[in-house]
Amino acid sequence: MSHSLDIQAIRNDFPILNELVNGKPLVYFDNAATTQKPRLVLDALSGYYEHYNANIHRGIHFLAEKATSAFEQSRHRLQAFLNAAHAEEIIFTYGTTDGINLVASSYGRTFLKAGDEIIISTMEHHSNIVPWQMLCEEKGCVLKVIPINDEGEILMDEYEKLLTERTKFVSVVHVSNSLGTINPVKEIIAKAHAVGAKVLLDGAQASSHLTIDVQDLDCDFYSLSLHKIYGPTGMGILYGKRDLLNAMPPYRGGGEMIKEVTFEKTTYNELPYKFEAGTPNIADVVAAKFALDYVDTLGKPNIAAYENELLKYATEAVSEIPGLKIIGRAKEKVSVLSFVIDGIHHQDIGVLLDQQGIAVRTGHHCTQPLMNRFNITGTSRASFAVYNTTEEIDKLIVGLHKVQKMLG
Amino acid sequence: MTINEIQDELISDFELFDEQLDKTQYIIDLGKKLPPIDEKYKTDEYLIHGCQSKVWLAAEFRDGRLYFLGDGEPTAQIAKGLISILIKILSGQKPEDIANADLYIMERVGMGALVTSRRSGGLAAMIQKMKGFGTVYSQLEV
Ligand SMILES: Cc1ncc(COP(=O)(O)O)c(C=O)c1O
Repeated sequence: MSHSLDIQAIRNDFPILNELVNGKPLVYFDNAATTQKPRLVLDALSGYYEHYNANIHRGIHFLAEKATSAFEQSRHRLQAFLNAAHAEEIIFTYGTTDGINLVASSYGRTFLKAGDEIIISTMEHHSNIVPWQMLCEEKGCVLKVIPINDEGEILMDEYEKLLTERTKFVSVVHVSNSLGTINPVKEIIAKAHAVGAKVLLDGAQASSHLTIDVQDLDCDFYSLSLHKIYGPTGMGILYGKRDLLNAMPPYRGGGEMIKEVTFEKTTYNELPYKFEAGTPNIADVVAAKFALDYVDTLGKPNIAAYENELLKYATEAVSEIPGLKIIGRAKEKVSVLSFVIDGIHHQDIGVLLDQQGIAVRTGHHCTQPLMNRFNITGTSRASFAVYNTTEEIDKLIVGLHKVQKMLG
Repeated sequence: MTINEIQDELISDFELFDEQLDKTQYIIDLGKKLPPIDEKYKTDEYLIHGCQSKVWLAAEFRDGRLYFLGDGEPTAQIAKGLISILIKILSGQKPEDIANADLYIMERVGMGALVTSRRSGGLAAMIQKMKGFGTVYSQLEV
């Protein structure tokens, strides 16, 4: 598949790409950690503060109206982005982690009990492990882990073996941040539903690469962060099916989430406000819409096609580096290239590439159990976004040769 | 020599190099020259916590001065280089001088970022550990 994008024009949309690092033009390959932001999003942020900053849902004055309207427009924009059936199924959060905690805390504490089983996979981010461990500790639930193969793919037959009538919840990553693996989530969801379990997808990585349709997937919850989709930091959304969200108690108490408060009894607001206590992150929510507009202007299929070209190019190019081993060779993967090199610590790779102006991520990528599965303490990870180029990948290869020479 | 005299001498060595990568190469080369330590020190007890790679550090107190022994796992050459520089500067100094040392050299050799970013660098942990020894032994003296 070919793309129809003008990459140079796209690069010009991202002011940060003009930065020099250690005197060299920045090569930013840490997109799985967070993507850079286009001018459009930066302008939306300052535009909000310059022209219509106000608290929302409360004032009747002009600015409050305008801010409220922009805020709610973002909700509708995100509804469309995920093809959710209803706007109130979109809950604003601080990010993926926050959304998972909301579900573990509100749904988990209400509907799960001792002996119930929760299934996650070996490749989960710590943010999709720890909240469930905390719940298990509190409620006496049992955490089960789906194993993976050496390529970094979920073993579906092992998953099926774990599914029983005791399984009440399945929470898996849609796309792995450390390996790039795209998991067969539709099948995972269908199988979980067959035993009556609910499913949450950690969409932190998937949302910038794949087209997501929560109705088609039939997932019960979907959590993501906008900062990984060219949007601002500190905001994300939790999608949840309306009936489930309605049945769940609020997660945090405060302003905005109430209908009426007396000292004897408080009644809660409706969805989505029930889960949005306090003044939300208005500026970033407003700007998020512009990030999604930007993505849609380029076209997600175009972005995916181009990123796949970059991945293929890089995968072939690194094969010439002696002693380099790719961690994560799934058939279905996004533009994440994780690797280890014989005899070289990943931190040295990170420092020496950084000094050449190349930003990669090194370490365990918040997936320590996954690193243990591969018997390593960490990897170096180059993750590509739409503004990266094959010339930059060439620089990475030159950089890696230099690293080997320096340490040899 | 005092801590600062040693630092200044090392800094002038580093100033022979203009490029950051060459400075780092020098750090790596210093690490390669670090004498091996006894295997008995390569245990969890001597491990510096907070490093991404394994670095061990032991201290001996003799005649009012602290002497450091350190090493890093063979693959982690920058960490090894950094601990060797710290040992060059701090080993054989008085505990209170170690505890109060201002290690401005790290900024000058381009490793400042590793001191401040707690996550990426074990350098901060190494410095903290050495200064910690300094503090403990300076209190013993009184
Ligand atoms: C797969 C995955 N899950 C969860 C998260 C957590 O996202 P956030 O830190 O934005 O809450 C990340 C981000 O690193 C991720 O890659």
